Amino acid sequence: MTEVFRKKKRYFILLFLAGGFIIYTTFLVAPILHSMFYSLFGGPGIVPKEFVGFQNYIQLFTQNPFKERFFGAFGNTIKFFLIVTFFQNVIGFFIAVLVTRRFVGSTFFRRIAFLPTTLSVLVAGFLFTLILNPIWGIFDKFLEVIGLGFLVRPWLGTPSIALVVIAIVTSWQYLGTSIIFYTAGIDAIDSEVLEAAKIDGAGLLAEVRYIIFPSILPIVGIVTILIFIGDFTQFDIVYAMASPYASPRYGTDLFGSLFYRAAFFPIGRGGWGMGMGATVAAIIFFIVTIGVLLLLFAFRMKGIGRKGEGID
Amino acid sequence: MIKFKNGTVRTLLYVILIIYSMSIFYPIFLMIITSLKENREIFTRPYSLPQSFNLDSYIHLFKISNYLIYFRNSIIITLTSLLIILALSSLISYVLAKYRFIGSRFLYFYFIAGLIIPIKLGTIGIIRIMLGLHIFDTLAALIIVYTAMGIPFGVFILTDFIRLIPEELSNSARIDGCSEPIIFFRIILPLIRPALAAVAIINFIPIWNDFWFPLLLIRTDNVKTIPLATALLYGQYETNFGLIFSVLTAASLPVIIFYLIMSRQFIKGLSSGALKG
Repeated sequence: MTEVFRKKKRYFILLFLAGGFIIYTTFLVAPILHSMFYSLFGGPGIVPKEFVGFQNYIQLFTQNPFKERFFGAFGNTIKFFLIVTFFQNVIGFFIAVLVTRRFVGSTFFRRIAFLPTTLSVLVAGFLFTLILNPIWGIFDKFLEVIGLGFLVRPWLGTPSIALVVIAIVTSWQYLGTSIIFYTAGIDAIDSEVLEAAKIDGAGLLAEVRYIIFPSILPIVGIVTILIFIGDFTQFDIVYAMASPYASPRYGTDLFGSLFYRAAFFPIGRGGWGMGMGATVAAIIFFIVTIGVLLLLFAFRMKGIGRKGEGID
Repeated sequence: MIKFKNGTVRTLLYVILIIYSMSIFYPIFLMIITSLKENREIFTRPYSLPQSFNLDSYIHLFKISNYLIYFRNSIIITLTSLLIILALSSLISYVLAKYRFIGSRFLYFYFIAGLIIPIKLGTIGIIRIMLGLHIFDTLAALIIVYTAMGIPFGVFILTDFIRLIPEELSNSARIDGCSEPIIFFRIILPLIRPALAAVAIINFIPIWNDFWFPLLLIRTDNVKTIPLATALLYGQYETNFGLIFSVLTAASLPVIIFYLIMSRQFIKGLSSGALKG
């Protein structure tokens, strides 16, 4: 290429990058850095002005109610994540293997699977709150009819059960996404490999164990990472099914709802002031980043790294 | 794909998939039929089909709220953000895929790092910037946040896609005297249409359904979006079952219908997203 092309290029490179760079930096990157910065400030008033160093962090980890709420939400978020991961990965994988078999209606099932994901989390949350409502009793009556009436209990009124219930509703909604991801992965497996396995006499289990699972392991990694990021900032489902106060008795409190109250509620009604709110955001960000890196490592995914190498 | 030969396995397969589909259909079906019942009927005959199609609760909903305005706002916000996401990320991706310059690799990492940054955690800063720019409590505030949120994925998908376009195409256009922007608009853009569709489809659902940002950035009634209105109406009329079910149905039905019409494109877009990762 000639020198003329090069000079022309520089000018357009800047122009092409500018808009996206400014919006992305200002409204995504800078606000995160802003939270980290403000986590070092405290004092009265809405906007913290007094530099307090790591005092917010120390308070958060050692003083009640901060400590109690923070570790409560941390534990709940981990449980929530584990339940959702189980449903979306294990059951999602199982259903994906089923729908990739050749049978009448396979396409139909795939399309249906994604349907709940198109609803908002809020709608799904409200809908299941109503279905589980003991006054209307539609779910409880159903259990009685099929002879499981002894199971009936205040689904959203018992802390240990409520968390499991909201995790199941979340899984109900997003199971379709993992099914679509896994079926895409399974469909991409070379059919000759599968045919060869069949000729060698491999049964369904062996096929899953030695061919399907290893080939879609990177997709399992992506799904897990997406669930992880989503769950560690999940808020809507708690709002819809348990109110921002994560009833009963903070039993459904997740990082998302904790951050919401801490940063945006008035002090005395669950709010901790903006400095402490920023501290909570910074800690969650730190945990998410470490978690994603660990997951990338666990799934042996160079993922992002591998992509970038193609550029140079 | 392998064909099933064993009859019992096939039966089991159908049983599992039918139970699974029922668990998806029934709650949605229940939501729709309940919204068409009279309040008394909701409690006396909860499982059966409505005796008559009763639109009272919808009429009530449109009377007590500016529902059409919320709907319009959601459409404006979603379409505008999607258009800006596509425009900005295709421009960025073109530069990052086709030109090498100091920092180009770093820039690529910088943009796709956004894939793992939960933007919600920056909300305190976002509110302050919006107040500073005097766009707090406007549709523009939401559009700009969703744009920032959508760029990383756009760049991630489109850069890969543009890199696969052979350089000879652009070079022959250069020889014909085309400038770089013309090459981008005339040659690159038409070729990446499928990838643009995938980016739009994957971003559509989270933007349309987002509740967090309207909750924190919107105060005035005539700039509310459907999710925010859904939450507020639910809180206000929690005990009026007929009305609540019509609120939930009104919030979901347009997207459900849109999905049922476009499901092939949705699944294609999502699948290509999954395989790119």
